[in-house]
Amino acid sequence: MNIASVSFSYLRARPLGTLLNVLLLALGVATIILLLLATDQFEERMQRDARGIDLVVGAKGSPLQIILSAIYHLDVPTGNIAWKQAQEITRHRAVKKVIPLALGDSYQGFRIVGTTQDYVAHYGATIASGRLWDKPLEAVLGAEVATRTGHGLGATFSGVHGLGDRGGDAHEGHPYVVVGILKPTGTVLDRLVLVNYQSVWAVHAEHHDIKDVTDIEKQMPDEEKEFTALLVQYASPLAAAILPRYINNNSDMQAASPAYETARLFTIVGVGVDVLRGFALVLMFSAGLSVFIALYNALNDRRYDLAIMRTLGAGPGRLLLLLLCEGFLLAAMGAALGLALGHLLAEGLGRALKAAQQVEITGWAWVQGELWVIVLALVVGVLAALLPAWRAYRTDIAGTLARG
Amino acid sequence: MFVIRDLRHDYDSKVVLQVDAWQAAQGEHWLVLGSSGSGKTTLLHVLAGILRPTAGLVVVAGQDLAALKPAGLDRFRGKSIGIVLQRLHLIPSLKVLDNLLLAQYLAGMPQDRRRAEEVLAGLDLAGKPDAYPHELSFGQAQRVAVARAVVNRPRLLLADEPTSNLDDARCMQVLELLQAQARACNATLVIATHDQRIKTRVANQFELGVQA
Repeated sequence: MNIASVSFSYLRARPLGTLLNVLLLALGVATIILLLLATDQFEERMQRDARGIDLVVGAKGSPLQIILSAIYHLDVPTGNIAWKQAQEITRHRAVKKVIPLALGDSYQGFRIVGTTQDYVAHYGATIASGRLWDKPLEAVLGAEVATRTGHGLGATFSGVHGLGDRGGDAHEGHPYVVVGILKPTGTVLDRLVLVNYQSVWAVHAEHHDIKDVTDIEKQMPDEEKEFTALLVQYASPLAAAILPRYINNNSDMQAASPAYETARLFTIVGVGVDVLRGFALVLMFSAGLSVFIALYNALNDRRYDLAIMRTLGAGPGRLLLLLLCEGFLLAAMGAALGLALGHLLAEGLGRALKAAQQVEITGWAWVQGELWVIVLALVVGVLAALLPAWRAYRTDIAGTLARG
Repeated sequence: MFVIRDLRHDYDSKVVLQVDAWQAAQGEHWLVLGSSGSGKTTLLHVLAGILRPTAGLVVVAGQDLAALKPAGLDRFRGKSIGIVLQRLHLIPSLKVLDNLLLAQYLAGMPQDRRRAEEVLAGLDLAGKPDAYPHELSFGQAQRVAVARAVVNRPRLLLADEPTSNLDDARCMQVLELLQAQARACNATLVIATHDQRIKTRVANQFELGVQA
């Protein structure tokens, strides 16, 4: 028998009210936890996809669109850039490494990316089965593409123009053959069909008289060769000061910084997140209010109990503690339930979104901020109990007993 | 066992209790008699240290109650004084046994489950430790209230109108039970009552006059 067990016995004695308060608090906690998990994993994923890429060069247009299309493969490209200009960037002394991307087609909603093997190496992807491509029209599937399409090694397929399931015209004259499947990387690579960039040229140069696609690099006139974007790694930090300005001023290309654009994207998305967070805080506040009202009302029923406890030897501090403890217990139960609920919701949302596309969210992760949510919930519980506890502290024993 | 001298208590600047001198030895049984409004309950509250009187000396078990700080008084009351109130009021959310353990805990005594069960058994409640108060009959609840008052082996056992609302047979039972329990721990017993039926059953009587 101690203060906590007496507090708990009172909570158990009115299960419906307790349940209501715990649920209210749990809903607030769960909403914030869900937001934390979702935004944290979203940002983490966005950052992982952009890691090691200092600059993206594309055709003139919105820099955000360039980042969304070239790094995250979520948007259509701004246009194409000439092979010759790409060569200039590659040779620039401020540049350490360039990964060219040739985009344009997709297969069952998964983007076909024409690139070099550097792209695979950049994300540290390894082969699960088969091998990487070594000639045009050989394709390597990201892990998720492979499971979703069900294609194994040796399967053939044709890309369609554009991005998305409905896509545009099929390029049926040039089917790809699957030669390799990647292990899951937890990056954008999992959702891509990777080919070499010559494949993309070959598919789109249909109207030219290309006899052998393996030799397309030589057969195609240089002025017709195009990339969609270049992923650039700087040679030194100083390049950040020179290269973007050089590109934006001296060419009809556009340089976009992934760090800057993703930060901008987060602030745009952040407004929505803030609204949801505000909503969750309102929930927590009403939970606190509900706990307060419940305890305050209970005081009237328990006036005599409190006086009896005083006659049994309890000091007023004990009664204060008893009420605070009740608020704390409610908050702790609400926090625990909210924590579990938040993680379950995140996992459920993750599974629902996985079927729908793009972001992957799991409930089986822990974010530092959750600790603060729990602390906040406990503080709300104790604060709500403060005034009732103060009234319990001031119980006038003789008066209460005399009135019966 | 206890000594009262020149006690006076005012409420709203009216004298509600006045006792010039009263004392009792350890183990004695006393009745405090007086019509309702004569200050019996107030006197009991003062003896229990629940109410600090306006003036006068109250010494219980060698301890001057006025000399104790509030926290010390609470502890002293929990350990040395057992109280059976007119309204029994067990803690409704706790089982019978837990009500007794709570009394031990709040008095700062070690929680002795065997002692609690023993007291319950002595009051014919051996089968009830796991019952909730609302599952008890009035008689049973009253015996639990007595058990709660004596579980800490108090030096002084106070009872406020324990026999009112009881039929004759029950009335005598409760009186005997209180006396037996007080004897068992050699406590001084003080029963405040206006019940004429028990007047002849207790030798020591203290009459409170109606105050002007």
